[in-house]
Amino acid sequence: MLRLSLGLVTVFAFSVIIFSTFSFLPGDFATEILGQSATKSAVKALRAELGLDKPPVTRYFDWLGNVFQGDFGSSFSGRSKVQGDQGDRSREVVGLIVPRLKNTLFLTGVAAMLAIPLSLILGISAALYRNSYYDRSATGVSLVTVSSPEFFTAYIFILLLATLFPVFPTISNVDEASTLAERFYRTALPVFTLTLITMGHMMRMTRSAIINILSSEYIEMAKLSGASRYEVIVKHALPNAWAPISQVIAINLAYMLIGSVVVEYVFNYQGIGRLMVGSVYNRDLPVVQACALIFASTYVILNLIADLIGIISNPRLLYPK
Amino acid sequence: MTLNKSKELLLEMKNIHIDGFSDERWHKILKGVDLTLHRGEILGLIGESGAGKSTMGKAAMGYTQPGCKIIKGEINFNGIDLAKLTEFEKRKIWGTKISYVAQSAAASFNPAHRLMDQTISAANRLKINPTDVLKKDAVQLYESLQLPDAENIGDRYPHQVSGGQLQRIMTAMAMSPRPELIIFDEPTTALDVTTQVEVLSAMRSIVDKFNTAAIYITHDLAVVAQMADRIKVLRYGEEVEEAETRDMLSNPKEEYTKSLWSVRSLIKPEETNEDYMLSIKNIDAAYGSSKVLHKVSIDIPKGKTVAIVGESGSGKSTTARVITGLLPQLKGEIIFDGKKLSPKLEQRSKEELRRIQIIFQMPDTAMNPRQTVDEIIGRPIEFYQGIKGKEREAKVIELLKMIELDETFLDRLPSELSGGQKQRICIARALAANPDLIICDEVTSALDQIVQEGILKLLQKLQKELGVTYIFITHDIATVKAISDEIVVMYQGEVVEQGLKSKILNPPYPDYTELLLSSVPEMDPDWLTNLLNKRSS
Repeated sequence: MLRLSLGLVTVFAFSVIIFSTFSFLPGDFATEILGQSATKSAVKALRAELGLDKPPVTRYFDWLGNVFQGDFGSSFSGRSKVQGDQGDRSREVVGLIVPRLKNTLFLTGVAAMLAIPLSLILGISAALYRNSYYDRSATGVSLVTVSSPEFFTAYIFILLLATLFPVFPTISNVDEASTLAERFYRTALPVFTLTLITMGHMMRMTRSAIINILSSEYIEMAKLSGASRYEVIVKHALPNAWAPISQVIAINLAYMLIGSVVVEYVFNYQGIGRLMVGSVYNRDLPVVQACALIFASTYVILNLIADLIGIISNPRLLYPK
Repeated sequence: MTLNKSKELLLEMKNIHIDGFSDERWHKILKGVDLTLHRGEILGLIGESGAGKSTMGKAAMGYTQPGCKIIKGEINFNGIDLAKLTEFEKRKIWGTKISYVAQSAAASFNPAHRLMDQTISAANRLKINPTDVLKKDAVQLYESLQLPDAENIGDRYPHQVSGGQLQRIMTAMAMSPRPELIIFDEPTTALDVTTQVEVLSAMRSIVDKFNTAAIYITHDLAVVAQMADRIKVLRYGEEVEEAETRDMLSNPKEEYTKSLWSVRSLIKPEETNEDYMLSIKNIDAAYGSSKVLHKVSIDIPKGKTVAIVGESGSGKSTTARVITGLLPQLKGEIIFDGKKLSPKLEQRSKEELRRIQIIFQMPDTAMNPRQTVDEIIGRPIEFYQGIKGKEREAKVIELLKMIELDETFLDRLPSELSGGQKQRICIARALAANPDLIICDEVTSALDQIVQEGILKLLQKLQKELGVTYIFITHDIATVKAISDEIVVMYQGEVVEQGLKSKILNPPYPDYTELLLSSVPEMDPDWLTNLLNKRSS
């Protein structure tokens, strides 16, 4: 309960930081669309229409109140530029974000489903055959993948799997009409990239968490009571390793989401990361704020889940004395 | 032990050589030890730390710790040479034919599983009896080990029961598959004396009941005397001597064996002093919201030794923390040499800090591993007395001589010293401040008997020469007899009694003191039997 309320406080603090950071950025949307030569009065009119003339504190609370009701406001861009144009063409931020968020969640979800089991299996087996050639090469390769930046890994994949051996497309266009199979095929390269950049870290941490536990006395005891290698790892070591492992997974899933900003851009994938980059260009504050808030909340939620797993997997916390 | 033991051979270990790898090279841990054990017999394996007794015990299962290997030797168990078996074949014997009871039960149970599941896991692997039969049997084992609420205790997790109970549950776990041999590796070393008695009697009766053979490893001769039919003494990986328990106790042949219980012969005539170095009055103290000291009042006479005894959790170390100012008291006052001390460490003057020094239980963790002996002892000299340069060095060497070491130790790091030498350096560090009062917090508990004797003698010598006052915190009654003038008995955060050694150690006793004193194992093999008879009557 305490954790939950702490999480809420964190999200709230984030919202303040996000809002104030963007408010203090130089330049605003009005001058951006009207151009350098716009008259003062035209700028003023547009600012009034967008509500930019109100003091930041008022704007913040207006925004926050609407967010609580699921309304992230309207996007600045796409609104009617000319007076007297038919109707209001401005778009709701929610309507803009939701389909893209779905795309991003699809991308990271597939990558996570690939990365988590793979890194657990690799980490556990590396711990099991510690200091073997297998272990050394696995930890070595993982170090390389962790240290290379996302865009580099992405371009390597493009070079190998799209240019030299054209197996997968370089551009991951998907839309509402795409079938599931099509989606898998088109997102293959970004999924691989995200998997690779997060797997190394998760695998190494799993390995060291297991190795740490393997040197404890109850593992020796388990061996001396005749437990097999497999039994020692799966029944005796793993249940005690869930807490550290779930923490690492949470951090990496969050990292994956952030990493998708770059990866989506490289592969031109219609996700929330790309939307955010585009909106920053256009000074489209409501969209940027909404995206940033979503990223922040994901971080907090993932960490909450990891804490929860840590508590559930530890009888000491679950059953007090 | 009056049971007629069969003469059928169960285990025969011949010429065991084991090497261990540490500090970048191979060391010899065992240098050709033999061992024989008959069915239903209990063999005591005794020696100081580093004697190789634990390695020998594990080798009896054909197991060596990571970093160790069996170089030579045969381990014939029931006619099979365990040294020649593969891991896979040995696993069929481990836990079912031979089982193991470890020293620290708290660390040896998997925290993630319920006690019952762990108790029957080895027997379950045999696939002879279904799980519910095994569970019923385990409950019976719990009952015969006198565990409270035997019916349900197995549903708990390891952290939910006490250390003494865990040790008994581990014995039940070892017994569950009805093995032919159990290795007890220092099973009571981590327990309080009062708990130790219960665990020892439970173990003995259950081993007797199923006529299981056992190897009992310990460094405490009095404990092994209660358990074993025969005793084997090891030192530096070699056998010193072996004899029937009664013969060994009444007539040890080797000098070394005799020295093993020499501490128990160290006795100091008691003296007292009406002039108090330190008086604490009605002290209450707490960690967070849990109160650990209730109205504790103790007087420490000048130039004398006061021993504070009690089991773990009795508040003896907390009292030391209050006196040093590490834990400010909630109520009460501390009078040091006629003046009131402020409860908080930060508010005490440098002079007050200098006059009270403390020596800790674990010399390993009490010294900075990256500092040389010269730095460790030299710093308090500089800090408290402002002596520098040549004079400082002379002072360090003088202190080293006082603790019976010499200047060749100056450049050594703690890792290059033995356990006893480390504790001596800690004593020198305390002396470097030229204190009036030294608090010794379990300073000998982590040391072997012979080393203990050396440290205790040194402390007595220093008291005679320098007239320092000691507060000696310990749970070991033998140490108390050896060093103290006065004794304070503590129990659950309160002082049970305080007085001269002769008064406390002789009847009439308050109930708790009686329980504490009668629980200290004696060198008489009938001690436990007599004690249990007396307590049950």
